[in-house]
Amino acid sequence: MMAALSVNDANTGAVVVDHPRVVRGGTRRRKQLRHLLLPALHALQREAGWISPGGLNFVGRTLGVPPAEAYGVATFYEMFRTEAPAHELSVRHVCVDPICALAGAARLAENLRSQGHATHEGPCLGQCERAPAVFIQGRREPDRVPDDEHGPDSLLVSVTAGSPDAPSLLRHMLDAPAGSAEAASMEAYRARGGGDALEAALRLGPDEVISQISSSGLSGRGGAAFPTGIKWRAVADGDGPKHVVANIDESEPGTFKDRLLCERDPLAIIESITVAGLVVGAAQGWIYIRGEYPLATQRLRHAIAQARLEGWLGDDAAGSGRPFDIDLRRGAGAYICGEETALFNSLEGYRGEPRNKPPFPTTHGLFGRPTVVNNPETLLNVIEILRIGPEAYRSVGTEDSPGTKLFCLSGHVGRPGLYEAPFGTPLGELLSLAGGVQGTLSAVLLGGAAGSFVGSDALELPLSLEDTRSAGTTLGSGPVMVFNDSADMGSVIERLAKFFSDESCGQCVPCRVGTVRQHEIVTEIRRAGAPTGSQRLLLDDIAGAMGDASICGLGHTAASAVLSGMQLGLLGGDES
Amino acid sequence: MTSSNGSIGSQVTVSIDGQEVSVPEGQTILAACTAAGVETPTICWAPNLTPVNVCRVCVVEVEGSRTLVPACSRPAADGMQISTDSERVRHSRRMVLEFLGSANDLSQAAEIAEWSQHYGADAGRYAAALSDESETAVEIAHVDDPVRVQDDLYIRAYDRCVLCYKCVEACGDDAQHTFAIAVAGRGFDARIRTEYDVELPESACVYCGNCVAVCPTGALQFRTEFDLRAVGEWRPDDQEVTRTVCSYCGVGCNLELHTQDERIVKVTSPADHSVTSGHLCIKGRFGWQYVHAPAFEPPATESAAADSTET
Amino acid sequence: MFGLGGGTCSYQEITETDVILLWGSNAREAHPIFFHHLLRGLKRGAEMYAVDPRRTSSAEFADVWLGLDVGTDIALANTVGREIIARRWHNESFIERATIGFEDYAASVEPFTLDEGARLTGVPAEAIAEMAHAYATAPTAQILWTLGITEHHTAVENVLSLCNLALLTGHVGRRGSGLVPLRGQNNVQGGGDMGALPDRLPGFQRLVDPEARERYERVWDCELNPVPGKHLTAMFESMEEGELRALYVIGENPADSEANVAHARKLLEGLDLLVVQDISLTRTARMADVVLPAAAGWSSSEGTVTSSERRVQRVRAAVPPQGDARDDVRIIGDLARHMGAPWPTATAEELWEELRTLSPLHGGMSWDRLESSGGLQWPCPHDDHPGTEFLHSWLWADDLDGHTPAPFTVNEHRPPAEALSEQFPLRLTTGRVLDSYNTGAQSSGYSSPIRTGDTIEVSPADAAALGITDGDAVRVSSPRGSVNMEASVTGRLPAGLVFTTFHFPDLVDANLLTNDAWDARSGTAEFKAAAVRIDPLRSGSAAAAGGAGG
Repeated sequence: MMAALSVNDANTGAVVVDHPRVVRGGTRRRKQLRHLLLPALHALQREAGWISPGGLNFVGRTLGVPPAEAYGVATFYEMFRTEAPAHELSVRHVCVDPICALAGAARLAENLRSQGHATHEGPCLGQCERAPAVFIQGRREPDRVPDDEHGPDSLLVSVTAGSPDAPSLLRHMLDAPAGSAEAASMEAYRARGGGDALEAALRLGPDEVISQISSSGLSGRGGAAFPTGIKWRAVADGDGPKHVVANIDESEPGTFKDRLLCERDPLAIIESITVAGLVVGAAQGWIYIRGEYPLATQRLRHAIAQARLEGWLGDDAAGSGRPFDIDLRRGAGAYICGEETALFNSLEGYRGEPRNKPPFPTTHGLFGRPTVVNNPETLLNVIEILRIGPEAYRSVGTEDSPGTKLFCLSGHVGRPGLYEAPFGTPLGELLSLAGGVQGTLSAVLLGGAAGSFVGSDALELPLSLEDTRSAGTTLGSGPVMVFNDSADMGSVIERLAKFFSDESCGQCVPCRVGTVRQHEIVTEIRRAGAPTGSQRLLLDDIAGAMGDASICGLGHTAASAVLSGMQLGLLGGDES
Repeated sequence: MTSSNGSIGSQVTVSIDGQEVSVPEGQTILAACTAAGVETPTICWAPNLTPVNVCRVCVVEVEGSRTLVPACSRPAADGMQISTDSERVRHSRRMVLEFLGSANDLSQAAEIAEWSQHYGADAGRYAAALSDESETAVEIAHVDDPVRVQDDLYIRAYDRCVLCYKCVEACGDDAQHTFAIAVAGRGFDARIRTEYDVELPESACVYCGNCVAVCPTGALQFRTEFDLRAVGEWRPDDQEVTRTVCSYCGVGCNLELHTQDERIVKVTSPADHSVTSGHLCIKGRFGWQYVHAPAFEPPATESAAADSTET
Repeated sequence: MFGLGGGTCSYQEITETDVILLWGSNAREAHPIFFHHLLRGLKRGAEMYAVDPRRTSSAEFADVWLGLDVGTDIALANTVGREIIARRWHNESFIERATIGFEDYAASVEPFTLDEGARLTGVPAEAIAEMAHAYATAPTAQILWTLGITEHHTAVENVLSLCNLALLTGHVGRRGSGLVPLRGQNNVQGGGDMGALPDRLPGFQRLVDPEARERYERVWDCELNPVPGKHLTAMFESMEEGELRALYVIGENPADSEANVAHARKLLEGLDLLVVQDISLTRTARMADVVLPAAAGWSSSEGTVTSSERRVQRVRAAVPPQGDARDDVRIIGDLARHMGAPWPTATAEELWEELRTLSPLHGGMSWDRLESSGGLQWPCPHDDHPGTEFLHSWLWADDLDGHTPAPFTVNEHRPPAEALSEQFPLRLTTGRVLDSYNTGAQSSGYSSPIRTGDTIEVSPADAAALGITDGDAVRVSSPRGSVNMEASVTGRLPAGLVFTTFHFPDLVDANLLTNDAWDARSGTAEFKAAAVRIDPLRSGSAAAAGGAGG
C-alpha cells in the first residue's frame, strides 16, 4: 500500500536488519527518512480512510518517527483524520469561504449530504472563479475535483499577451484549451519556445542570470514581494548542498492562479525550477503543492517525467554537467504551510509550524540548507526575463513594480477568472476588464483574507506594490474579491475571522488566542448589530499584539481584513 | 553548553533602553538584558532548553525591525538599539499575559501572575466586553481538560497548559530523547498529547519527570505537590532546599531535595549543573521515597519466592 | 587503567567525540543522565557502535548494533585489533613512543582474522571490519563499558583487551578520546578511591607500598597490617573453607545479590557472627545476629561521593534519619570506641580535610572548594588546580613526563565458564532496567508505573520452540536451582539467549540461577553467563497431568 515508500526494500527503513546480529538504526538514519512522513500519511489516509493507530505505528516504525510526533503531525492537517470514520466513502470537501458562501456553498453541502455523500465544509479550495468549489478526497481512489472533469474552462485573460516584446505569463496558455494534451506535451512545449530559457540560463551563466533578474526589478509574487535577484544571489553564494522549492501551496482565500498555471503550463513550471536550481547551484528541487490540487499535481508529475526523458533533470541536468532533479510533495490542508518556513517543516515531516526569522531561508532553509523558495508566478517571470531581457521586461508596469501581475477575480464581477495586467492598472479598469461589478459595489477585498477591504472610492487605485502600500492595503498574491450590496458583509468578515482562528497553527500565543478572541468579538458584534466602544478597543488591542508579536505573517495580517472592514462600516455602527 | 576552555570570543555591544552593554557574540538579547540588569518576563524559555520563542512575552523593540523581536532567541548584534519598555513592548507583553489569563487556569503559575500584575493585564475584560446585558452573548473559549491523576508520580492538568513546548522539548531531543509527547491538533485546540492520547504507561514515557520540572504553570505537577495542595498543605515558603547527590548509579547527578516538615516533597536538579543540566531519570526524580518508608520492617512479599527451589 | 582506577574522560567529552563504542553497557537505562551527554554527541554527529548480546534500548540509538555471543568480548576486541593492524590503521608513532609490548600483542591477535572473529562471536565479519575502521580512523573516539565487560570470569582481561584498542589507535590521553567504565553505584568510584578495596589505602594508594603506609601510620598513630585483605568473592571462598567466621556487612545485600545465591546463603548462615549495617532490613540483615540501622547516606549524612568522571561532590543531610538509624561514620566510630580504640568523633569535613593531606589525588580539594563548586575531578593536587578533565595526557608528552610506557597485554579468548549442554541449552544473561536498582533496597520504595517485575525475556524463535507466549509462566533452571518466572517475548534478543533482571529477589530469586565462577583478579562473578533451560508451566490440568516441575 505504501507505494511512496516501497517499504519492502529494507534499505528504506529507519532500522535495517542486516543480519540477525547486526542492526542499523540510530538518530541519523531516522532523520534521513523523516521527510517521507507526509507522503506516508497521505497513502495511509487514502487506503484506510483515516490515520489508524496500527497504520501510524507502522509508518512511525518504518521511518523512525516516534508515534507521538507522527500523531502530532497527522493532527495538524485538515485532510487527515485520526478518528475512525463511520463510512467507507470518499469525502467531499466544500469550500465555505466568502466567495463560495455567496455562491451557495451551504446549500451545495446540504444537497451533497442529502444524497448520501460524506461531506466536509472547510476553507478555500482555490477554485473561486467557479464557485462554489468541491474537492473529493478519494478513499481507495484518486483525489479529484468534479469541475476538472465537467466544469467550464476557467477564463484566462492577458492584457500583455498581444505584444511579443512584453512579458506575459499567460501568452501560451491562452491558445491551449485546458483539457488538451498540448498543455502537457514536451513536443508542443518546445515548439512554442519551451526550453529556450533553460538554454539561455546555461549560456549566460549564473552571475549574468541573477544580474538580469536583479535589473529587471522582479519581486516575489507570493505576497511578500521580496526582490528575487537578492534571494537568488544569497543562495548562489552559499556553500554546500542547497535546495530550490516551488511554493505551490497557495491557500489564500480568493487565490487560484498557481493552480491554473500548473494545470495549463506544467512544463514551464518545471523548466523554471530547473533554471533556478542550476543558477543557484542546487542539486535538488522540490514542489510543494497543496493537496487539494489533484489535476495540477498529476500534470506536474507528468511534466517531471518528461523533463527527465528530455534530459533536463538527472545527473547531467540539461547538459550542465551538474545533477538536478525535482521531487513533488503534496500538502494536506493547512493554510499556514504556504508560509515558507512552515512549508519547510511540513516537507521535512514536522508540524507545519513557522520558524522564527532570522535566520532566513537563504542561509537556513529546507533541511537547514540555503534555499530558494519561490512562487510559480515568480518563477515564470524569470523565464520571461530570460526571453525578452530585463529592459523589455521593465517596459510594462511601474518604475517600482515592473512587469505584470496575475489577478484572481472572483465574486460579483461579470467574468471571474485569471487576469494578467501590468502593475499599476487601476482597480476600476481591472474590474471593467472582468465585465464590471454586478450590481452596486459594496467592497473589494484585495489580497485575500490576509489583505484588506477597500470601498468604491478606491477604483482609481493603481494596483502596484507602492500604491497599494501607501493606500494602506496590499495586493498580496493577487486575489481581488468583489462584493456587491447583496452580500452580507458581516457574515463575510465573521467567516474571515473564523478562517484565521481555524488556520492559526497554535504555536505562538498572540495568534493562537488572538485569532480566537477576534472571532468571538466579531461574532458578538454581528449578534448585537454594532460594536461597542470596548469591543472596538479590544479589536485594536488584539490587532496590535498579533501584528507586533506573532511569529509569522499569518498572525501579522490576521486582523487587517477585520479592521479594514470595520473602518468601512461593514460590521455595522459608525464609520470611524 | 558552556565551553570550559575559557576562551572568550568577540564581544558585541548593544544599547538597552539607552544603556550600553557588551556580551559575547552569539548570546541572545535576553542574555544582554540580564547582563544590563533589565528583568525580562519569560514563559517558554528555560536555561537548559533550546529557545522556541513561542510565548512571545519576552518581545522587545529593535530599531529597524518591523515587528517586535523575541529576546530569548534573537542573537544580540553589534549596535542594536533595543527598547524593553516602550509602549509597543508593554502592549504586546500585556496582551500575551492577558490572552493566557483568559484562556487558561493560571492559579498555580506564580511567576506569570507577578508579570501580569506588573503589566496590568486584565484577563477578565474579554468576557466583560462580550457579556453586556444579553444572555445570548458569545462565550469566550477556554482551555478545558479535566485533571489526570493516573499514577503516584505526577499529574497532568492541561487546563493550565499554556503550550510553552518546554515539556515536549525536555522529553524530546533537548534532553530525554523519549518523544512520548508532542503538540497535537492545531490552533486554539492544540494540546500536548501522547499518540491518540493513550495513557502514559502505554506511551513511550519513562517517567523521568523532566517535563514536570520545566512546566511553568503546574499543568504537570509532582503527585506529592498535588496531594499536599489538595489538602491545603503545600507551603513553598516553609520549604528548604538541600543540594546533594543521587543515591543510585554512578553518574553523580546533583539533586535539590525540597523538604517540608522534614520530609522530601519534591526533587529537582540545578539547570546549571554540568552533570544534569537540570534533568534527571525516574530513579533520581522519584526513587527517594524509601527514605520515609517505615524502616526495618520485612517486606510484605517475603514468602512470595517460596516457589523457587534450590537443587 | 595505566595506574589509576577511573574513567579517563569527562562527560563533556562524549558530546564532542566522533566515534563511540558502547560495549557491554545499557547506559540508556543504567546511566540515563550520562546517556543524555552521549545523545548530545550523537546529535552533534558522532557515530555509535553498540556491542551487546542484546539489542538494548541503548543499542537502538546506535548506528550499528553488533550482537556478539555472550562472553566473546576478547575475541571481538582481538579481531578488531588484528584488523586495525592488518590495515595499518594503527598509530605507529604513538605506539613507538608511549607503549610497550606491541609485538607480542600483534602476534597474539594474529589468529583473529575477520572470519575467525565472526566464527567466535557470531557477528558478521563485515560489521566487525566496519567498526574497526570507524574506531581506528576517527579523529577522536571513546570506548565505554559497564558490567557487560566486567561480570565475567575474564573480567580483567576483557577490560585490558579494550585498553589495547585505545593504545593501538592513540584513542586515550587526548581530549575527546578515552576509556570510560561507567560506575554502577553512586559511590563505587569514591569507595575504591577511599580505600574500600582489599589492597588500597585512601587515595587509591597501594597498601603494600611501605612509603604510603608509613604516611598513614604517622597520621593515624597506629600500625597498619600490610597484608591485603580479601575481596568479596574470596571472602565467600574463605567462609567455605571455614577460615572466615565473622562478617560485618555495610550497605551490601549478598544474600540476594551474590551469584549462585543459594550457596551464598548457606555460607552466611554458617557464620559464627553476622553483623549488618544497612538502611533497610534486607534479606542479609534478616539473617544477621546484629543489625545496625544506618541513615541514608545521600539524604541524611554529610560527606562526599565520587562519580564516573572522577568528580568529587558533596552529599548533604536534608532529612533526619528514620527511627534509631545513625550516620555510618558515627556507627563505625562508636563501634571502635566500644572496642576500646581511642577514635575521636569527627565531622565529615574534618575527615575530608585529613584525607586530602594524605591523598595527592585529592590534595587540592578543600572542603570549601567542594562546597562552592559543582564538584572537582581528581587528580586535583593543589589548591589552585582546577581538577583534571581527562587522564593520561602524559601519553602524548615527548618524554611521557617520566611515566613508564603503557603496556599492551595479551588476552586469550576463553568462553564462559559454564558451557551450554543438552540439559541446559540456553544462555542466560542478567542486567538492570531503568526504573529499578540492584536488589531493590531503594527502588522498591516507590511505585513505578512502568515496572514489570523480573521476567525472563525470551527471543521469538525460542518462545516458538518452547510453545510459550508473552506472559506465560515458566520454570527457569540452571545447574544451581530453579525459579518460576513470567516469560516476556522480545525481539531484542537473538535466538538462544535469555535475559532477566534481579531487582525483586523477594518475588523472583533470579540469582539462584547465576554462576559464581569468578575472575581471580577482580573477584567478579560471572553474572552475565549461565546455562539454563526453560520449561513451560501449564496452568491447571496440564501441569497436573504432566506432573512437571521439581
